[in-house]
Amino acid sequence: MPGLVFKRFLSAIPTLLVLVTAAFFLMRAVPGGPFAGERNLPPQVEQNLLAAYHLDESLGRQYLRYLGGLFHGDLGPSFQYPDYDVAELIAAGLPYSLQLGGLAFLLALALGIPAGVVAARRANTWVDAGIMGVSLVGISVPNFVVAPLLVLVFAIYLDWLPAMAVEAGSGMGLRNMVLPVIALALPQIAYIARITRSSMLEVLNAGYITMARARGLSPRRVLWGHALRPALLPVVSYVGPAAAALLTGSVVVETIFGIPGIGRYFIQGAVNRDYTLVMGVVVFYGVLIIAFNLVVDISYRLIDPRLRRA
Amino acid sequence: MSATQVAATHWKGALTRLAENRAAMTAAVMLVLVCLAVLVGPWLVSTTSQAVDWDQISTPPSLHSGHLLGTDANGRDLLARMLMGGRVSLAVGLVATLVSVLIGVIYGATAGYLGGRVDQLMMRAVDVLYALPFLFLVILLTVYFGRHIMLIFLAIGAINWLDMSRIVRGQAMSLRHQEFVLAAQATGVSSAGILLRHILPNLTGIVVVYATLTVPQVILAESFLSFLGLGVQEPLTSWGSLISEGSREMENAPWMLVYPGLVLGLTLLCLNFLGDGLRDALDPMRSDRRDGA
Amino acid sequence: MNSAGPAPVLRVTGLQVSYGPANRSTDAVRGLDFELYPGEVLAVVGESGSGKSQTALALLGLLGPGARRRGSMLLEEQSLDELDEAGWTRVRGRRIGLVSQDPGQALNPYLSIGKQMLEMLRSHQGLRGGEASGQAESMLRAVGLTDAPVLLGKYPHELSGGMQQRVVMALALLGKPVVLVADEPTTALDVTTQSQVLALIATLARQSGTAVLLITHDLAVVRGVADRVLVMYGGRVLEQGRTEELFAAAVHPYTAGLMACAPGLDSTPGSALPSLQGQAPGAGDWPQGCPFHPRCPRRLEKCETSMPALEQISASHWRACFNPEAE
Repeated sequence: MPGLVFKRFLSAIPTLLVLVTAAFFLMRAVPGGPFAGERNLPPQVEQNLLAAYHLDESLGRQYLRYLGGLFHGDLGPSFQYPDYDVAELIAAGLPYSLQLGGLAFLLALALGIPAGVVAARRANTWVDAGIMGVSLVGISVPNFVVAPLLVLVFAIYLDWLPAMAVEAGSGMGLRNMVLPVIALALPQIAYIARITRSSMLEVLNAGYITMARARGLSPRRVLWGHALRPALLPVVSYVGPAAAALLTGSVVVETIFGIPGIGRYFIQGAVNRDYTLVMGVVVFYGVLIIAFNLVVDISYRLIDPRLRRA
Repeated sequence: MSATQVAATHWKGALTRLAENRAAMTAAVMLVLVCLAVLVGPWLVSTTSQAVDWDQISTPPSLHSGHLLGTDANGRDLLARMLMGGRVSLAVGLVATLVSVLIGVIYGATAGYLGGRVDQLMMRAVDVLYALPFLFLVILLTVYFGRHIMLIFLAIGAINWLDMSRIVRGQAMSLRHQEFVLAAQATGVSSAGILLRHILPNLTGIVVVYATLTVPQVILAESFLSFLGLGVQEPLTSWGSLISEGSREMENAPWMLVYPGLVLGLTLLCLNFLGDGLRDALDPMRSDRRDGA
Repeated sequence: MNSAGPAPVLRVTGLQVSYGPANRSTDAVRGLDFELYPGEVLAVVGESGSGKSQTALALLGLLGPGARRRGSMLLEEQSLDELDEAGWTRVRGRRIGLVSQDPGQALNPYLSIGKQMLEMLRSHQGLRGGEASGQAESMLRAVGLTDAPVLLGKYPHELSGGMQQRVVMALALLGKPVVLVADEPTTALDVTTQSQVLALIATLARQSGTAVLLITHDLAVVRGVADRVLVMYGGRVLEQGRTEELFAAAVHPYTAGLMACAPGLDSTPGSALPSLQGQAPGAGDWPQGCPFHPRCPRRLEKCETSMPALEQISASHWRACFNPEAE
């Protein structure tokens, strides 16, 4: 196992490198700089600013400078918020995005997998059609439609739950998180339910499942003890990258509910040409994806003994 | 039988199966209705999407006011705006899907058919591209190219071809080993010839399915961009922009959110239903069919 | 049948299995009668399409949802005909066991051997912990596997085909069933392993008194192991009798043909192997009258229109033929 981790780590580096490089040059290719725009700066001041941030150097040098910084865990200063380092900004937003994403993730698994199993068990009945129909709605209707609607119904009309996730003084309490977590989790619940159902149906056709039944094991035992494990493999594949996306915060949900997470930095950074901020988020996202892919691989080996070559 | 003949008989059975799938057929009918509404509607509605009705700013839907679905904060008729916005959203669906199908099919078929190291390299590139956050790329592209509508179409299409290329590559790889391809190779047909005349026709089925499933993805992407304020610019509008406005005016004018939201959701839902139905129709051997066959 | 001996443990009468709509049904089994006695090995011989596998599935209630079954199946004088899924769950494994053709498909690749065995013991006999592992190990030894404790920790893919099939048998026998249905248990194995597994089946039957229904298409398999043989064709029984009787003097042309086709150790190398003319049609494509008549060298006119009934010609020998070989 440690060998696997190390190998993955090694092969992750080139991918990360490509990611960073692509993001870096793409970002710079966009016209306009962080200090162009409305602020009318006297040329002298602008020169000084550019020099201070090394923006007057050639792109190649800036790139190398950035890479160097990465090795030290330095993601550079933010252009938009001059008092802060990108690393600091990300660290500040991280807890919010993590809480939101983490809860949504757990909710998605807790509801999605059982829904899929039930749908597979009662395949082609109205229970199945119902679950699959609802999940199709969950996938189709975008979260920027669902989230405001949720706020409209539950916060404005019914006044059961607060509309803003972060309230002055009390921070992001549990009640505040209900709506954003649900909005974020809904499409994931739907996807996971569909994948689980389809994979479970395939597994239930396998010879060893029929033989398990032939041995007189109860249907419940066959379903949960024999069929679930292999059926989870495609779910695990899906969940890896999905978790990374969830944890980096959903831009829409964060915007609508006023959550100061990482997702918002991303958009604002792109629009305001805050190079380092955007890069920082991209690097962070890339690292997460690689880490989660590793977790997925390890999980595969845990689930399927045939993959565990000594 | 030639490859095209094989594909043709394959289609007939599929269409019958599709016709028997009630959900998919209902979805198809609704989509046709939406398309018609969007194409013809603007001429039927009494006002245009730009006209400002100074007397009725932010009024709720009513049958008498002349504004069936109400007006927005600028006094513009919501129905008219929704119809015009629908044109944009559906146009994105078509054009961007076309772009992504084109790129995806050519890339995937080539990789799958050629196989070996070329294939490995090409697919590795796809893997790396997958790691790039989609949002990031689209935002960059729109910021770079400006918010011109055609460029947005192209940008979204250029992002979405990855899935298509993987699916097509898989198909091409399995087709590669089929007898009619080996026969064509044995008679000296060039690679390009084989690709064009034998591989591509047999891909039509799966391409159609995934194209139908790509359309909602691109419409979603455009709506998403518009929602964030990065999509089409005024005076053009799309369903995403309308929803964005609607969510801002939610407390005072909920109809501005609800109607565009419903229409977008419904359209996407129908597209997904249809795509699922097509997939079931073309691949009846799947174990996870939902109609008991 | 043996009227003075022990009672049959399984009694099947008029078993029919068909698929599809009533007016265009595919009949896989068209009237099967037999009895199975404790401790004996009854071989059901037939080509593919003869209905033998469907019989096995019917006996375990594992026929697909589109199947229609008629006739009666009595297990120790209790009817299996009206069982629902819960009822079948109580019968399977505990009273009737199944060993199927491909051991690679029969074991769950994701669970260790030990887990799969212990779960059987827990579910059927309520055993846990050390007592359960002890039983599991002794069963593994009973099926001829050495190093039982180590084996419990292994996974199916780490075992050879023969070993896997032994494990499958061990699992089938853990519930102590009175009937074991073995559907082509050796077809997927190599020749040496085949004979080992067959010998194992025979021994287990004798020692524990489990009745074995051995389904096969291979006559060589039958010869060494079976006490009685039932020959199926076209979903029907054509001949039934003790193994020695059939091999010495088969009376049905089909059986005789099968015997003649099988190369024995005493056939001259280089000489032409006789073969049965024609091919067995698929299930549902049976002609009128005797299903074998299109290929039968002894067919008469009435064979084409009516099906001969099963007639007893000696204490244990039955045949269904209008024009049998000389007895």
